[in-house]
Amino acid sequence: MPRLEIHQEKITDKEALIRICPFGALEEKDGKVTINAACKMCRLCVKKGPAGAVEYVEDEVKPAIDKSLWKGIAVYVDHVDGEIHPVTYELIGKARELAAVIHHPVYAVFMGSGIADKCEELLHYGVDKVFVYDDPQLDRFKIESYTAVFEDFINKNKPTAILVGATTVGRQLAPRVAARMRTGLTADCTVLEMDENTDLGQIRPAFGGNIMAHIMTPNNRPQMATVRYKVMNAPARQAEVSGVIERCEIDPEKLVARVDVLGIVKKAQEKTIEASDVLVVAGRGVKKEEDLQMIEELAALLGGQMACTRPMVESGWVDAKKQIGLSGRTVRPKLIITCGVSGAIQFVAGMNHADCIVAINKDEKAPIFKTAHYCLHGDLYEVVPRLIEKIKAAKEA
Amino acid sequence: MNILVCIKQVPASSKVEVDPVTGVLKRDGAESKMNPYDLYALETALRLKAEHGGTISVISMGPPQAKAVIREAFAMGADEGALLSDRNFGGADVLATSYTIAQGIRKLGQFDLILCGKQTTDGDTAQVGPEVSEYLDIPSVSNVIRIEKVEEDGITVQMDLPNELEVAKVYYPCLLSVDKDIFQPRLPSYIRKMATKDKEIPVYTLSDMGDQDKTHYGLNGSPTQVKRIFPPASNDHRENWHGDADELTGKLYDKIRELKFI
Repeated sequence: MPRLEIHQEKITDKEALIRICPFGALEEKDGKVTINAACKMCRLCVKKGPAGAVEYVEDEVKPAIDKSLWKGIAVYVDHVDGEIHPVTYELIGKARELAAVIHHPVYAVFMGSGIADKCEELLHYGVDKVFVYDDPQLDRFKIESYTAVFEDFINKNKPTAILVGATTVGRQLAPRVAARMRTGLTADCTVLEMDENTDLGQIRPAFGGNIMAHIMTPNNRPQMATVRYKVMNAPARQAEVSGVIERCEIDPEKLVARVDVLGIVKKAQEKTIEASDVLVVAGRGVKKEEDLQMIEELAALLGGQMACTRPMVESGWVDAKKQIGLSGRTVRPKLIITCGVSGAIQFVAGMNHADCIVAINKDEKAPIFKTAHYCLHGDLYEVVPRLIEKIKAAKEA
Repeated sequence: MNILVCIKQVPASSKVEVDPVTGVLKRDGAESKMNPYDLYALETALRLKAEHGGTISVISMGPPQAKAVIREAFAMGADEGALLSDRNFGGADVLATSYTIAQGIRKLGQFDLILCGKQTTDGDTAQVGPEVSEYLDIPSVSNVIRIEKVEEDGITVQMDLPNELEVAKVYYPCLLSVDKDIFQPRLPSYIRKMATKDKEIPVYTLSDMGDQDKTHYGLNGSPTQVKRIFPPASNDHRENWHGDADELTGKLYDKIRELKFI
């Protein structure tokens, strides 16, 4: 890996060199300019400093791993008591696309207790092989036991890439597995693409969604990525099944965990905004709390739900569960109508995959108009009530 | 009870742009603050200490300036703090960061409980906590929303799962990632700030670590590499509708009908 070397004798003006660094990583110590931990390797000091003062040195290359030993793209089957989370199917769909590029098989890894009869469903989605670990000790998600199973699967099957849904379970399990395998993991990928040499391109939003980062894991296997629910497309379920189911055994000693699950409290079942096909979003353009009623009414008429932006939650008008955006939920409805939403990037990153985006805003310069497919330049207080009336009239007719 | 809280200094603003010429990140000034999610972890530690006694240490990794967040932790009530800072730690991805923090924790001492925030506001991955627990070979639990019971040998917590809440006892030593809103974080105290302003913050470098193999740290120890960064794409199909309210409503109604939502 490259590093920077400073040649003190070539520095003409220490102060000027130090000022070049935008991260404050250059400092003077005992009369010498040194680089501290703030360095981001941007190499501005190499480019803009006095010639030769800071040198970029490429290190000897690490021995390359044999990538051909790693074959297959594996998907973690996220489930609660055998009920498979739909993100699993979305990832199977993506895994099939990636696998097609390099002619690899698609695997599903299914671990739990009493799940043997649930794996057949996965074969309707084009998985080549389902690896099932069915053991009473895997009854509840415990990070140590589940990691042990994952390790067993990886060591025996050597998949080149592993996709995990970024659910509350996946977001704990994937990093633990990645650390055990000493490999890379990219969180919340929005785009995945496969190179012919089996390197997985992992693209994710960084810095609050203001920047997209294209990340590679060039010399480690397996390559691991998590993906949020509703980012990829689920393939259609096929009537016929293909692929095989393999039952796997693991030494029960490996499943011992230092966590005791004492009880489960069922949450009140409420439909989440992620599960809604239609969302009508209230933004800061909604001036009073009682005006939210008309947003709710429109949502109900369209068979959907009301959602909101962050300021609505901060003002205490709407529950945080309804918030869209990086600090809220990521949604992918078929239709989303934003009312008085300016469209900050943090919000947009949580909804820009919606199939159809309608924006109502009277501010001509609102950034939401760069994201929306249908931009209504108008006042929500004029449009929304009229629309409600029109839909009601049509329903009564 | 010996508690350790992992904290990070993050940019105060997430407004960043890519310089079109150099392709380098332009950060909006050098303003920084403690990662807001870490405040909840620190508050949890302070409450546990108030009720059950013990000490609270904080650990951070970053450039020398990151000492500021350790001072802030002192002002909130932390007893000890250390910074992991070395050129060799720079450019670390999740794996190398977690490894460095785990090495730093071993250097610091024995802890019953390690607390982390849910995630950071700059990296946003929520992955470092679970990876640190792997390197320390201790159990970990994320999404902790409530502490139910503290016992000699373990701590019982409530965690948030998609459709249910789970109550579990985790045996010491263990790592918990606490959710936002577990407790309302207190404000730093001016008196404490003054009382701790000269308190020494040890800085640990590679030479203090148990494992001094450079290839395990920083850019060298990072399996992932950023190939490039670019601004997010904006969607292309766009129709701008102007006109009076009736006209706009009519167009929208027709479109929604065409898409079969009515």
